[in-house]
Amino acid sequence: MRDLVIIGGGPAGMSAAIAAYEQGVRDILILERDESLGGILQQCIHNGFGLHKFGEELTGPEYAWKYEQKVRELNIETKCNTMVLDITEDKVITATNAQEGIFQLQAKAIILAMGCRERSKGALNIAGSRPAGIFSAGTAQKFVNMKGYLPGKNVVILGSGDIGLIMARRMTLEGAKVHAVCELMPYSGGLARNIEQCLNDFNIPLKLSHTVVQIHGKERLEGVTIAQVDENRRPIDATREFIPCDTLLLSVGLIPENELSKAAKVDLSPITNGAVVDQDRQTSIPGVFACGNVLHVHDLVDFVSEEAEIAGKAAAAYIKGNTGKKVEIPVKTDGKVRYTVPQVITVKKDITLYFRVGSVYKNVRVNVTAGDKVILSRKRPKVAPGEMESVTIKAELLENVESLTVSLEVL
Amino acid sequence: MEKKLTCIVCPLGCQLTVQLNGREVVKVEGNTCPRGAEYAKNECTNPQRTVTSTIRCENGGLVSVKTDRPIPKEKMTECMQLINKAVVKRPVAIGDVILSDVFGSNIVATQNKP
Ligand SMILES: Cc1cc2nc3c(=O)[nH]c(=O)nc-3n(C[C@H](O)[C@H](O)[C@H](O)COP(=O)(O)OP(=O)(O)OC[C@H]3O[C@@H](n4cnc5c(N)ncnc54)[C@H](O)[C@@H]3O)c2cc1C
Ligand code: SF4
Repeated sequence: MRDLVIIGGGPAGMSAAIAAYEQGVRDILILERDESLGGILQQCIHNGFGLHKFGEELTGPEYAWKYEQKVRELNIETKCNTMVLDITEDKVITATNAQEGIFQLQAKAIILAMGCRERSKGALNIAGSRPAGIFSAGTAQKFVNMKGYLPGKNVVILGSGDIGLIMARRMTLEGAKVHAVCELMPYSGGLARNIEQCLNDFNIPLKLSHTVVQIHGKERLEGVTIAQVDENRRPIDATREFIPCDTLLLSVGLIPENELSKAAKVDLSPITNGAVVDQDRQTSIPGVFACGNVLHVHDLVDFVSEEAEIAGKAAAAYIKGNTGKKVEIPVKTDGKVRYTVPQVITVKKDITLYFRVGSVYKNVRVNVTAGDKVILSRKRPKVAPGEMESVTIKAELLENVESLTVSLEVL
Repeated sequence: MEKKLTCIVCPLGCQLTVQLNGREVVKVEGNTCPRGAEYAKNECTNPQRTVTSTIRCENGGLVSVKTDRPIPKEKMTECMQLINKAVVKRPVAIGDVILSDVFGSNIVATQNKP
C-alpha cells in the first residue's frame, strides 16, 4: 500500500508531489511514461514561463528543472519510462515498465496529472487527399526542438492557438516561410503577446474568419486552398485562394487526456472533458484528485503549478484522515461563462473560481449569484475564450448559500 | 504621432497607446504596470527580443538555448545563423555559456544534457 501515487511527471505532477511532501506525506511515488520528468515543457523551448510564479522569464525546460530539482532534493521517488495502464475505483493502479513488467499498486490517494493532447479533428472535415506534410503544431514542435528536424519549408498554419503561433516563429527562425495563419473564428485563440512577437515581428499574416477548404497533393502536400467564412462559419466561394505549401500545421486546441479517469469511473464534465472537482480538486471518487491540463486546459503553466499545489495539499489532508465533506454547493454557469473549476464547493472557505467564456465580450460584469442575490460582481474590460479568468469568493459570502451561478452581464 | 503597441512583457498583453514626438516617447497609455511604459519606450527606440533555439551536440542530440538577455530585434536572423553554425559537446548543464558576446548577450543552455 502506497500513501500517494501521482500519475504524470509534468509540472502538475511534480508540483503536487512537492506540496504533499511539505504537508508531511513521505510515501510518494510519481509514475511517468517518458524517459524524464518535465512533461510537455521539455519541448516548449521558448521563453515566457514563470513570470507569475517566479517573477522571472524562463523557458519551458528551465521552469520544469526548478521543480525537478526540488523533487530530487526531497528524495521523492519517481519511476520514469513507466506507463500507467489502468486505475480502478478502489485505487488499484496497473502500470508497466521494462524492469518490472506489468505490476499493480494499491494507493491511499491518487493524483491524476496526465496532461492533455492535441485535438486532431480539424483536419478531418477538409476536402481533398491526405498527403504527407500535415502535422499537429505540437508534433512539429517536438520534431524541431527535440529531434532537430524541420518538417517543411513552406508552411500554412490552421488555428491560431498559442502552440501554432509559437511554431510560426520557430519555423521562420529556422528558415521556413510561413505564408499564413488561418483562424476560423473572428478572433484569435492565442495570447495577444504571441500574435505580436510570433506573427507581427515576422510579417506573418493572421487571417481571421478564414479556413482551409481543400488539401492538394498526392504523396507530399503541394498546397492548400483557403477561404474566408461568413458569420455562420461557411466558406465563401468567391474568396477561395490557393497557397502553395509543403506543410500544414494544425493548432486547433487541446483536450484533457482522460482515458485513465474514465476507466476509474471518475465523473467527467462534458464541457472541460476533465473531471468534475471540488475546491480541493477532488474528483467524484474520494481520494482521487486531478490537476493541471488533465483537469482543464490551462494557457499558463504558472496556474497549472498553483492548481497542483491545491491538489497536493488536499491529498495530504485526505491521507491523514481529514476527509470531511461539509456541504454541497454546486457552481452553475449561464452559457456565456462556459465552465468553472471547481464545479462544486464542499467546504465554506475562501474559494477562487476559475472560468472560461465562450466568446469575446467587451465591457462586462462577472456576477456570482446565490438564488436571486448577487453576492459578488467584478468588472472586466474584455474577456476572451483564450484567456482563463478567475474570481475569489470570501468564506463569509457563502453563509446560507445552497447553489451558485457565475454569469456574464454585458454592459 | 500616435502608435499602438501590444506589450509582450507578460501574458496580460496590454494594448498600449504611445504618443511620439519624432522618435521620442512623450506619453504611454494602456499599461497596467510600469514595465509596460518601459517596454513602449524601448520598442519605439531600440526594439529588443530574446531568441530561443537549439544547438546540435557533436556527440548526438540537441540542447535548447536562449540569449541570456534580449538582443536588438533586427539581429535575430544573424543570431540564428550563429546558433545554427555552433556545435557543443555533452555534458551540458543549464546556464552553461555556449557562445559569448552575441549582440551583447550570451547564448546559454536551458536544458541539462548529460
Ligand atoms: C504541444 C503543447 C505545447 C504547449 N505549450 C505551452 C506553452 O508554450 N506555454 C504554456 O504555459 N503552456 C503550454 N502548453 C500547455 C502545457 O501543457 C501546460 O502549461 C503544462 O505543461 C501542463 O502541465 P501538466 O503537468 O498538466 O501536463 P504535461 O506537461 O502534459 O504532463 C503530463 C505528463 O503525464 C505523463 N503521462 C500521461 N499519461 C500517462 C500515463 N498513462 N502513465 C504515465 N505518465 C503519463 C506525460 O508523459 C507527461 O509527462 C502546451 C501544451 C501542449 C500539448
Ligand atoms: S503593461 Fe505590465 S501588465 Fe500589461 S502586459 Fe505589460 S508587463 Fe504585463
